[in-house]
Amino acid sequence: MENLIDIKDVTHAYKTASGPLPVLDGLNVAVPEGTFAAVVGPSGCGKSTLTRLVAGLMKPDEGEVWLHGERIKGPRKTVGMAFQNPVLLEWRTILQNVILPLEIVAPSMHGKDREARAMELIEMVGLSGFEHKRPSELSGGMRQRASLCRSLVHKPEVLIMDEPFGALDAFTREDLWQTMRDLRAAEPFTCVLITHDLRESVFLGDQVIVLSGRPARTQYVMPINLPEDRTLDILYTPEVADMLHILRDQIKIAQGREPEVH
Amino acid sequence: MLRQIGIPLASIVVFLCLWELLVWANGWPNFKMASPSDLPPAFIKYSHLFIEMGWQTLWRTVAGLALAVVVGTGIGMIIGFSKIARDALYPLLVGFNAIPKATLVPVISLIFIGQHDFNTVLMAFMISFFPIAVSVGIGLSTLEPEYRDILRSLGASRFTIFRKIALPKTLPEFFGALKVSVTLAFIGTNLVEIVSPHGRGLGALFKSGETNGDYPLMFAVLIALAFLGIVLYYAVVYLEKIFAGWAERPQS
Repeated sequence: MENLIDIKDVTHAYKTASGPLPVLDGLNVAVPEGTFAAVVGPSGCGKSTLTRLVAGLMKPDEGEVWLHGERIKGPRKTVGMAFQNPVLLEWRTILQNVILPLEIVAPSMHGKDREARAMELIEMVGLSGFEHKRPSELSGGMRQRASLCRSLVHKPEVLIMDEPFGALDAFTREDLWQTMRDLRAAEPFTCVLITHDLRESVFLGDQVIVLSGRPARTQYVMPINLPEDRTLDILYTPEVADMLHILRDQIKIAQGREPEVH
Repeated sequence: MLRQIGIPLASIVVFLCLWELLVWANGWPNFKMASPSDLPPAFIKYSHLFIEMGWQTLWRTVAGLALAVVVGTGIGMIIGFSKIARDALYPLLVGFNAIPKATLVPVISLIFIGQHDFNTVLMAFMISFFPIAVSVGIGLSTLEPEYRDILRSLGASRFTIFRKIALPKTLPEFFGALKVSVTLAFIGTNLVEIVSPHGRGLGALFKSGETNGDYPLMFAVLIALAFLGIVLYYAVVYLEKIFAGWAERPQS
């Protein structure tokens, strides 16, 4: 299968007052079309930089980022982004928020068609009846659902998520994992998810990529061969427990600590 | 509704009673301090002057304020978007704002001799644009990068990002500043009206009250100014409700 995203030997350093701060060092990531890549790694290892590279918001010092056979030179309309902060526009209703990307990407699209498209997603994530509410009237989990709708409304090839569920409580987070799974089943798209949650990475991912501590390079890649329509129960199987164990050890290595003996 | 109007109204009545009581208890003559009961006769006696001069003051204040909104927002955008402009302009702005505006009255009346309307509007503008410029600037420069990124990652232009996100997001700060600027603009207008010879407006009426020893008139002018200030302030509150009502959290 062709790789939709190809990050090849990317090295990058931020310029700071006290000299260059290297964040990525020979990073390699390959994400086949239609698959889900979960990226985990220690705090501050350059994961967010990775999202900005794929979104075309910045250029690496060295190396190449390819998207759909084209080298990324700038922002592209075929990308959707979601962050830990849902960044909804408080002065717009939920429906108007979800429509926002269409206003940029498809300015000629008819208002009714935009609304119909937005409502499709709003229904899919279970926000029906809240479309005319303001973001401040919704709970954190609902806001994040709206944010997901917004990042998918223009049918992007790639969805880039930077810890989208990090600020939610554990139960809400599990609900949203399932929503995410259902969204992908309904409308397949390629996904890069940055997360600190190993269970999340295994439940959602087709592969889990462990980055080393800063400057980040690809330390370990774990293919996840679980059924597409997995349920939360799968997290409690010995198979997944073994995977989580290995990933945890890899994180310890990435943090520069000794893995536990078991 | 009753609460919204009744409570402020009651507080005004209480204030007037205390004022009356203070003057009465001290036995002050009205050249020391006029009491509220002296004011209605003054208003009635000069009612046509109050309407004419009040209008003069009002339109010049609003014109100065409008200019402050346009220029203040413009400067705010420049210092909000460019760090270089911010570093370059802040000392100048702060320095200019620190100059007591009363000292500028003779300066501008010498530059624009006889242009009373223009001078008054200019002063109202000069005294009131600073809060607007600063708050718009801060609003824009503190915009979280994620807000920009959701549109930038779709290839939106800087102008689109400004129009769709940065501008509406700064509106609450803008209106907060505008409320401060409203009262400042009145100070600017009256400075020129009082200080410059042959002035017009409520400031000039105050001056004539002083010249003629008509103390109730002077106090009546102050009350009229306070009234206009309140009217204009609530006009801004009304606009804020329309354009930035979303920022208000429902009270629990």
